Amino acid sequence: MSSTNNVAQARKLVEQLRIEAGIERIKVSKASSELMSYCEQHHRNDPLLVGVPASENPFKDKKPCIIL
Amino acid sequence: MCDQTFLVNVFGSCDKCFKQRALRPVFKKSQQLNYCSICAEIMATDGLHENETLASLKSEAESLKGKLEEERAKLHDVELHQVAERVEALGQFVMKTRRTLKGHGNKVLCMDWCKDKRRIVSSSQDGKVIVWDSFTTNKEHAVTMPCTWVMACAYAPSGCAIACGGLDNKCSVYPLTFDKNENMAAKKKSVAMHTNYLSACSFTNSDMQILTASGDGTCALWDVESGQLLQSFHGHGADVLCLDLAPSETGNTFVSGGCDKKAMVWDMRSGQCVQAFETHESDINSVRYYPSGDAFASGSDDATCRLYDLRADREVAIYSKESIIFGASSVDFSLSGRLLFAGYNDYTINVWDVLKGSRVSILFGHENRVSTLRVSPDGTAFCSGSWDHTLRVRKTSFHFAV
Repeated sequence: MSSTNNVAQARKLVEQLRIEAGIERIKVSKASSELMSYCEQHHRNDPLLVGVPASENPFKDKKPCIIL
Repeated sequence: MCDQTFLVNVFGSCDKCFKQRALRPVFKKSQQLNYCSICAEIMATDGLHENETLASLKSEAESLKGKLEEERAKLHDVELHQVAERVEALGQFVMKTRRTLKGHGNKVLCMDWCKDKRRIVSSSQDGKVIVWDSFTTNKEHAVTMPCTWVMACAYAPSGCAIACGGLDNKCSVYPLTFDKNENMAAKKKSVAMHTNYLSACSFTNSDMQILTASGDGTCALWDVESGQLLQSFHGHGADVLCLDLAPSETGNTFVSGGCDKKAMVWDMRSGQCVQAFETHESDINSVRYYPSGDAFASGSDDATCRLYDLRADREVAIYSKESIIFGASSVDFSLSGRLLFAGYNDYTINVWDVLKGSRVSILFGHENRVSTLRVSPDGTAFCSGSWDHTLRVRKTSFHFAV
């Protein structure tokens, strides 16, 4: 019966919305400052951000070596 | 649907239809009645509240949606980029292609890094899945799938296996062996079965479980050894195109994005959707958690990438420019979360300052759409795959800070 399906679907939607409406939220200002402090804490250790010294770069093109 | 058997010990006249049937006790407003199984079934699907009609449910849904928006708006006291004004601006970046991986015969659709930060698995429209050593560009393994369009591939945490799938509607696991005599395809294990194409797959913390997303609108969690379905996730209204697991420290959740323009966060144990976000204007092609696990980014066919904070329960940034009109196919964060790399259908990769919302770099090189992009596990490089049949591994050679 399509009408009972619609009711069942509508009830599922209401239950889902109840769960979502009930969660705890924090202010955007607080959330933003926490995202920022995470970035700041890890800034120095981010190789794509600060670059990697040539000596530690495994992808760097190897120069041909000269045999003396 | 499971078959239910009921112990019947009353036979008589049904209180609703009055026919002579086997009866079951049924409670309506704490009054016991005896219904036949047909009337009991009708009552169960109609609901235990007599006045709960379709119309009343719909209006409750609308009022809940309104309440959700209100609650979210109350906490929207400032924009992320405003708070980020006090952060130092990033300068100019020089990011160079250090390796180009050539060997696929057709469009590269997906790639993943091994935890050893050096090996890469990639899959292609031509049905091939290749494991590369990105330092030497050697191909270490190759397997041909029985289908074309292998849209998803993933490396197992141990580095000893890979998973892949696509138009075959399955996710299969291949153990990686270095024995030249062994045929990789012979050890293949079919794990996941969907009723439409496999769009994404990812191992969880171990080699034992795989999470999949499919064109059939669902995600699912599978046990690799037995192939058993452990949990399924229903809620998307259309194809699910991508998923990402939360960083292990933050618990058992994952985020998925789909053609219904929704990004949904799921509890892996209960199968419940805990949060949903619907601000994109088109299909969401890629989702990726911020390294702390408190937020995630998405890339969409609407040519924007967006950042959603999970604790504020809302979108907190949009990464877009009027000049960018092609869809973003894949996104990933750098290690600190400050940079967001996004591959686009206009063949470029845009690098965004996550906090300030501005673009810091645009990378060229691919000769067709960028379809997949991942930062390496140690954050030293990122790899992009393209419809131009190649993969490129790039690193930052200089950052001229302001």
